[in-house]
Amino acid sequence: MMHQKMTAITALEHSVEIKAVSKTFGSFHAVNNVSLPIRTGEFVTLLGPSGCGKTTLLNMVAGFIDPSAGAIHIGGVDVTDVPVHLRDTGMVFQSYALFPHMNVFDNVAFGLRQRKFSKSEVTHKVMQTIEMMKLSGMEGRRISQLSGGQQQRVALARAIAIQPKVLLLDEPLSALDKSLRAQMQVELIEMHRNTGLTTIFVTHDQGEALSLSDRIVVMNRGQIQQVAEPIDLYRNPANGFVASFIGEINALPAAIYQASDREISLAIGNIRMTAPRRAEWQFGQGEMVQAFVRPEHIRIATSADAGCNVVTGEVLTHIYQGSHTITRLRVDGLGPIEMRLPGGDVVGRVPVGMPTQIAFDLSQVILLADKSS
Amino acid sequence: MSKGTNMRSTLFWTAVVAILVYMTLPAVVVVATSFNPTEVMAFPPNGFSLRWYEKALTYPDFQVAFKNSLIVMGVSSTLAMLLGSSFAYLIFHYNFRGRGLLEAALWSPLIVPHFTTGFGFLLLGSHLNLTQGFAVIVMAHLLLVTPFVTRAVFVSLSNVDPNYARAAANLGATPTRVMVKITVPLILPGMIGGWLIASILSLTEFTASLYVTASRTQTLPVAMYNYIREYADPTISAISALLILSTTAIMIIANHFLGLRRILGIDNG
Ligand SMILES: Nc1ncnc2c1ncn2[C@@H]1O[C@H](COP(=O)(O)OP(=O)(O)O)[C@@H](O)[C@H]1O
Ligand SMILES: [Mg+2]
Repeated sequence: MMHQKMTAITALEHSVEIKAVSKTFGSFHAVNNVSLPIRTGEFVTLLGPSGCGKTTLLNMVAGFIDPSAGAIHIGGVDVTDVPVHLRDTGMVFQSYALFPHMNVFDNVAFGLRQRKFSKSEVTHKVMQTIEMMKLSGMEGRRISQLSGGQQQRVALARAIAIQPKVLLLDEPLSALDKSLRAQMQVELIEMHRNTGLTTIFVTHDQGEALSLSDRIVVMNRGQIQQVAEPIDLYRNPANGFVASFIGEINALPAAIYQASDREISLAIGNIRMTAPRRAEWQFGQGEMVQAFVRPEHIRIATSADAGCNVVTGEVLTHIYQGSHTITRLRVDGLGPIEMRLPGGDVVGRVPVGMPTQIAFDLSQVILLADKSS
Repeated sequence: MSKGTNMRSTLFWTAVVAILVYMTLPAVVVVATSFNPTEVMAFPPNGFSLRWYEKALTYPDFQVAFKNSLIVMGVSSTLAMLLGSSFAYLIFHYNFRGRGLLEAALWSPLIVPHFTTGFGFLLLGSHLNLTQGFAVIVMAHLLLVTPFVTRAVFVSLSNVDPNYARAAANLGATPTRVMVKITVPLILPGMIGGWLIASILSLTEFTASLYVTASRTQTLPVAMYNYIREYADPTISAISALLILSTTAIMIIANHFLGLRRILGIDNG
């Protein structure tokens, strides 16, 4: 029976489909016309600043909130009007919401017991999950006797024990300290590989999103900004919001000075720079654009640069980061620029207040039409 | 320590002692007179004896009245716990038409004098031919104590993270199962605390009880009142001391259960 159910789901291409869903609170659009198909077994991240509607969207998938418009399908079935307890989703809350009057075993067993498994099946599945989440030996502990990291794992174990059609994680790592967070990221990846569960993960941390996800859904003000794989998102942000939200980036207002088949040349203030032409660029001469350059695509100029895309800047600060250093410079006509120097070595740094020549690698520059003009 | 701080701490402790004395003095006087060896209510007592305790415990009117009190207390506080918890749940979870009215009705026993409530039940009871039977006494007590249970349970509900119920539903629990397995266990300390407060209030209620009890059904405070109208010996002090002892015991148990909230970690949930 269980086996048949599993194969039936696997045969579906999309295990969750969010169809033109909106949620308004009064006149406020918390979620605005969001459509998102999620493939079976996929790890999808909802990423966006606080208040952009991630939790509201997740709560609508779980059934805690009714959408104002649109539909939600789980496992190929329209569940928009199906109550929470019949939806078969597994939620991990930001606060964990572990039952304080039950021990670890009973917390993990809770969902299985609602599903009328036999006592031995419950025990078997609970112990299996507890082992997978590295909680062996803690079955009898009260929730208040667990550390934050252990509570996190119990919350995950409780949700995955029922093998839900979709796992819903609402900022599950945000309450952990930094080193624990890194460790839990690895465990999340392992958990996903082991269970193959379709997962919707919510975070406002772009680093977390980039390292965990098959696909990232960037949201802002209740709307989807872009849906893409992490690398694609980083390299080809669809708009200025995504470009600025994902990773560090320098935004430079520019004008198209000349456009040929091979090259495009930009006027940034009174500085001229040239980038190799990309097929998707449809800009005409004189058009205003935003040029986005990542700090790792700027370096200290050498003679090999032959003055191409080279400008002079004055060093403002060095921000030591261990494996690398972020250097902030002021370039006349460009304003403040951030560049990333590989190696945390202090040697080779240009002293603060001194001028230096820096070269822009524009082979990966991002050009977006400037909407403000 | 400076002289100023010394002064202030002296003042502080004087105030504490004054409050303590003021709050307990009447009870202390009554309890002290219960130990008098003779038939006079002397304070301070002119000796020590437990003879009035023996008299109080063997006096037939008090024995019957104490049994009546226990019955009324047990039934009315248990009903109050069930009713008060339901009211609290209703008011907490649902925003319905007339919710404000229901809340006001629930608080009205704090405004309407017990005298009026008792008198009202006396009139009602005679209409319904239930005159001074247990049913009317229980109804009067139930009405008087339910607001306190409602309050205790409402506070418990406010302190429980709503995500517990959501998590349970998410794991497949029907609304009934969520209630039985999650909500009730988490607010149980509040329910038990409310039940015990209701018990104390019922056990010591006098004004309303005076109207709705007969000599056959009289509760202990009413029996005490009837006794003192005829006799003036320290038996009444002894029975008072015993009543204080009982309520103190219930209070200690109540505190134990309300203290449980912290053990379960519900307060920071
Ligand atoms: N019940 C509600 N009533 C009114 N506004 C709400 C409610 N729930 C959420 N909001 C608003 O909707 C927006 C999105 O909230 P939320 O989904 O929690 O954001 P996120 O999880 O992305 O931080 C926020 O501005 C929030 O204030
Ligand atoms: Mg949120």
